Amino acid sequence: MKILVAVSKAPDTTSKVSFKDGDTKFNEDGVQWIINPYDEWYSLVRAVELKEADPQTVIHLVTVGDASNDAILRKALALGGDEAIRINADASDSYNTAAQIAEVAKQGNYDLIFTGKETIDYNAMAVGSMIAGLLDLPYVSAVAKFDLQGNDAIAIHEIEGGEETVQITLPAVISSTKGMAKQRIPNMRGIMAARSKPIKVVEPIASDNLTEIVQYELPPAKESVKLIDANNVEELVRILHEDVKVI
Amino acid sequence: MSVLIYIDHSEGNIKKSSLEALSYGAALAKKLNTTAEAILLGTVKEGLDIAGRYGITKVYHAADQAYNNYDAQVLTKALLPTANNAEVIVFAQSALGDAIAPRLAAVLNAGLVSGAVALPETENGFVVKKSVFSGKAFAKVKINSGKKVITLKANSFGVKEREPANAEIINISAASSESKIKTIKIEKIEGEIPLTEAEIVVSGGRGLKGPENWYLITDLAHSLHGAIACSRPVADDGWRPHHEHVGQTGVQIAPNLYIAIGISGAIQHLGGVNRSKTIVVINKDAEAPFFKAADYGIVGDAFEVVPKLIEAVKKLKSEN
Ligand SMILES: Cc1cc2nc3c(=O)[nH]c(=O)nc-3n(C[C@H](O)[C@H](O)[C@H](O)COP(=O)(O)OP(=O)(O)OC[C@H]3O[C@@H](n4cnc5c(N)ncnc54)[C@H](O)[C@@H]3O)c2cc1C
Ligand SMILES: Nc1ncnc2c1ncn2[C@@H]1O[C@H](COP(=O)(O)O)[C@@H](O)[C@H]1O
Repeated sequence: MKILVAVSKAPDTTSKVSFKDGDTKFNEDGVQWIINPYDEWYSLVRAVELKEADPQTVIHLVTVGDASNDAILRKALALGGDEAIRINADASDSYNTAAQIAEVAKQGNYDLIFTGKETIDYNAMAVGSMIAGLLDLPYVSAVAKFDLQGNDAIAIHEIEGGEETVQITLPAVISSTKGMAKQRIPNMRGIMAARSKPIKVVEPIASDNLTEIVQYELPPAKESVKLIDANNVEELVRILHEDVKVI
Repeated sequence: MSVLIYIDHSEGNIKKSSLEALSYGAALAKKLNTTAEAILLGTVKEGLDIAGRYGITKVYHAADQAYNNYDAQVLTKALLPTANNAEVIVFAQSALGDAIAPRLAAVLNAGLVSGAVALPETENGFVVKKSVFSGKAFAKVKINSGKKVITLKANSFGVKEREPANAEIINISAASSESKIKTIKIEKIEGEIPLTEAEIVVSGGRGLKGPENWYLITDLAHSLHGAIACSRPVADDGWRPHHEHVGQTGVQIAPNLYIAIGISGAIQHLGGVNRSKTIVVINKDAEAPFFKAADYGIVGDAFEVVPKLIEAVKKLKSEN
């Protein structure tokens, strides 16, 4: 089994979100970068578990971005990836990102391609689905449980108001969400081993950025909260019914 | 070149989020001086002419049972010939929409904006506002390609009925392709309202102490005809199922009313709920950060306040 795990760099979930240059750029001052949680806790750890079950398994990591991504690749290698590929391109447009990863995927002949459900900064939920489209592969989104069964895979994924179990003919692209695996912390052996694992840098293929962010906005500030006495819940119900008209 | 809206359905019913997408697509078509058309793959119980009420002139319908399955590969191929004639293709964000829309965009070489929260601005190029940083900010994204794909975030535009009108139905037979995904089973939580479609959501956190106390949340939700949600540790500890967990790494919602009980209001929780139109917080700690994001608050013990609140809601409902 050969698995490709797409990992992206994301601002730590507690980062202060602010913008600069006339609100056209994310202000990275003081921001800690992490592996996008969906890529790390769910995709990568599940891939590592599959490798533990079958040591023949090979795990490649791929990221699109500049050298500032190398730190997260090292961490992903320490968690159990065998080899990392960094495509030296700007990842600001989902299509371009997907086109770059699809090219690497084509050359590597993978049985499985894991992406996260979404990046927690751009929230596109797009790259996995696009890779699948460009390679004409089946795709299942928001997978919460994943297992191999011969040449097929069995996945449980979230749908509105419940979940669906599907059987998928491999090769396939899977986007992972909560439930796939439990978070792990790299151990000393992993960290030492990661030092000698390769990060291969490849140049991008010609592709287009079809979209660009022209402006950021913060949500309007809330007016301060109106407190209601705990012994007067009827007043809350009245406000919600008569003033706000939501119940 | 028209605006084409994809109608998503489940168990024979058109999803409410798709009615919202129809309304949005019709308003966009008007702005672009073109027609709004829709497409439905699969079978539904209702007559599709009702799309006319939302401003749609034509509905393309491929009534093949095979299209009722969740298979983005098959559905995208079936959609392609119709999508080729459209300038903008609109989807509602949903489990299926999120799987098809980017794929279609990639195949059409069309720029994608997912999670749109407003109609595109067309004065200076084609610019769509979307939610980013898990609800903590918005970005205006310019699409530079000729063809465009948009997915609409639920409850951000509203379902808008216009004059009564019937849409013309055009039956199409899209070539079906081999499926590599087989449905084995579908499990739905009976009787509960799907979180993303709910107008009222009642949510509980660790302050409720344990799953045995969840009747406080479910009773209040049922009295309001609302959906049930929880904070992440509640799902992690197995008190409630994972699909009820809201926040940055859970479901993101924007109901008209969000009632948070015994939830501290951590930044990762707020990210998934702060687009709610009205937020009510019940917490015994007056310093809980959630009060800063709330419209109305009660400082008090959930075990005392919530039963009273349920009574007051029931009284209101019985009077109206
Ligand atoms: C990467 C990452 C992602 C995360 N994603 C999410 C996410 O998507 N969603 C999410 O919710 N969290 C998320 N978290 C966790 C988040 O940081 C908080 O830990 C979590 O939201 C806290 O849950 P809580 O408010 O239920 O519990 P607590 O923080 O323990 O708060 C309990 C609250 O209940 C109140 N309380 C106690 N007893 C009573 C009573 N009797 N009556 C009334 N009030 C009472 C307390 O005053 C307190 O404010 C994430 C964390 C990380 C690191
Ligand atoms: N720059 C990137 N490099 C590698 N993988 C990425 C990149 N951006 C997104 N992905 C993958 O695609 C998933 C979905 O991202 P998005 O479509 O941006 O929400 C992520 O969880 C990653 O697995």
